[in-house]
Amino acid sequence: MLNSSIWKNCCILGIFGLITGILLSVTYEKTKNKIAESERKVAKKIYFEIIPVERHDNDILSDTTDIPEEYLSLLGVKKGKINLVRKNNQLVAIIVPITSSNGYSGDIKMLVGINVNGTIAATRVLSHKETVGLGDKLDLSKSDWILSFNGKSLTNPKPELWKLKKDGGYFDQFTGATITPKAVVSQVLNALVYYEKDKLRLFEEFSIYSPVIAENIIGDKN
Amino acid sequence: MSGISYKEIINNGLWKNNAALVQLLGLCPLLAVSSSVVKATGISLATMLILTFTNIAVSLMRNKVSGVIKIPSFVIIIATLTTCTELIMKAFTYELYVLLGIFVPLIVTNGVILGRANDFASKNNVLKSALDGIMIGAGFSFVLLTIGAIREILGVGTLFSNMDLLFGSFAASWTIRFFSEGYGFLIFVLPPGAFIIMGILIALKNVIDSKVARYDKNEDGSLKKGAKRIRTTGTII
Repeated sequence: MLNSSIWKNCCILGIFGLITGILLSVTYEKTKNKIAESERKVAKKIYFEIIPVERHDNDILSDTTDIPEEYLSLLGVKKGKINLVRKNNQLVAIIVPITSSNGYSGDIKMLVGINVNGTIAATRVLSHKETVGLGDKLDLSKSDWILSFNGKSLTNPKPELWKLKKDGGYFDQFTGATITPKAVVSQVLNALVYYEKDKLRLFEEFSIYSPVIAENIIGDKN
Repeated sequence: MSGISYKEIINNGLWKNNAALVQLLGLCPLLAVSSSVVKATGISLATMLILTFTNIAVSLMRNKVSGVIKIPSFVIIIATLTTCTELIMKAFTYELYVLLGIFVPLIVTNGVILGRANDFASKNNVLKSALDGIMIGAGFSFVLLTIGAIREILGVGTLFSNMDLLFGSFAASWTIRFFSEGYGFLIFVLPPGAFIIMGILIALKNVIDSKVARYDKNEDGSLKKGAKRIRTTGTII
C-alpha cells in the first residue's frame, strides 16, 4: 500500500516536472530573441550616448577586441572587450569598460569613451550599489557630475590633479559622499593610463580597417 | 469554505483580508520596491498575474493532487509561472526588469501566493479561485501603489516618473513634479520610509474599520428596548 502511494506520488510529480519544463522551454524559446534584442537596444543607447551616432559608421557593439591580459587589473575587470569606434575605416575612439571596487558598497561598473587624441569623449556608469540619495549622483538622471570628465585627458588636468577638490585636486565631490566620486575619478584615470600605454598597438592593429585582417588578429588571440 | 460567495471573495481580497494590511504577507517586495510608482506597478502586475494563474492551475488539479505532494506541486507551479513572467518582463520591459532586479524572481517566495493556493484555490472551483487571485492581487497592488506614490512624492518630489519604462515612450510625459528639481527627502527613499507609511496605512485601515463597526451597531439598533444582554466575559456553562 505504502509502496503504491509512493509510486503514484512520484509519477504525479514527474508529470508535473515534465509539463512545467515544457512550459518553461517554450517561453524561453519564444522570448529568447526578443530579450537579446532588448539587451542590445539598452546597450546601444549607452554606447551612443558616449559616442554620438554621427561620429562613427561601424557597428560599435560587435566591433570589439579583447583587453590584453596585462591591463586587466589596471582596469579592474576580470575580462572584457574594448569597443572600437571607426569612421571611414579610421579609428576615432575606443570605449573601455572599467570597474572600481573602491566604492561605498559593491562594484561600480563604468564605460569610458576615449578619443584617439587621448581626451575623454564621455563616461557613463553602467551599474552601482551606492547609497540612494548620496552616492547615486553618479547617474546622469540625478546629477550631471559625470559630465565633468568630458574633454579631460592626462594633460588636462595633470595626473596628480585627478583627485577631489577636497584633496587638492580638480574634481568636485558630492555633498555627503566622497568615497564614491573618489573611486570613480581614480578608475577613470586608470582608463586613460591604459590608453596611453596601449595606443600604439591599437593604432597599428585597427586604424586601417579590413574585416579580414581584423578577424585574423582577433582570431589569433583566441 | 466552498460556500463562499463572489461578493465575499471581492470584499476579502480588497479589504477585509487584505494581503498587505491584514495578513501582512509579501512584505519583502512591498517594502523594497515601493520607492516609486513605476517599480510598484511592475511588481504589482507581475504578482497579480502569477497569483491569478497559480490559483487557476491549483484549482484545476485540486482533486488529483493531495497529501504529501500538495505543497511541492504548488511550489513547482509558482516557480514556473514566476520564471515565465520574468522572461516575458525581460523581453518586453527590459529596463524596468533591470530596475526591479532581484525582486522579480523573488516573487516565488511571496507568501501571499502559496498561502492563497493552499488556503483557497485547493478548495474552490476555478472561477472562484481566479477571482480570488485577481482580488487578492488587486488589494496587494492597491497598497503597494499607494506606498509607492507617497514615497515618490515625499522622497524625490515627483509622481509617475519613468512610466515610459512600462507603458512605452508616450508615457514619458506623465511625470508630475511637486517640489523643485533638487528636492530630496532621504528617509522616504530608504526602507524606513516604507515602514513608516505602511504603519500609517495599517492604522488608517483599523480606524476606518472601527468607525464602520460602531456605525453599523447604531444603525441596526442592536440595543433594542428589552433586548437581552449578551454575556461577553466569563464562561458560559
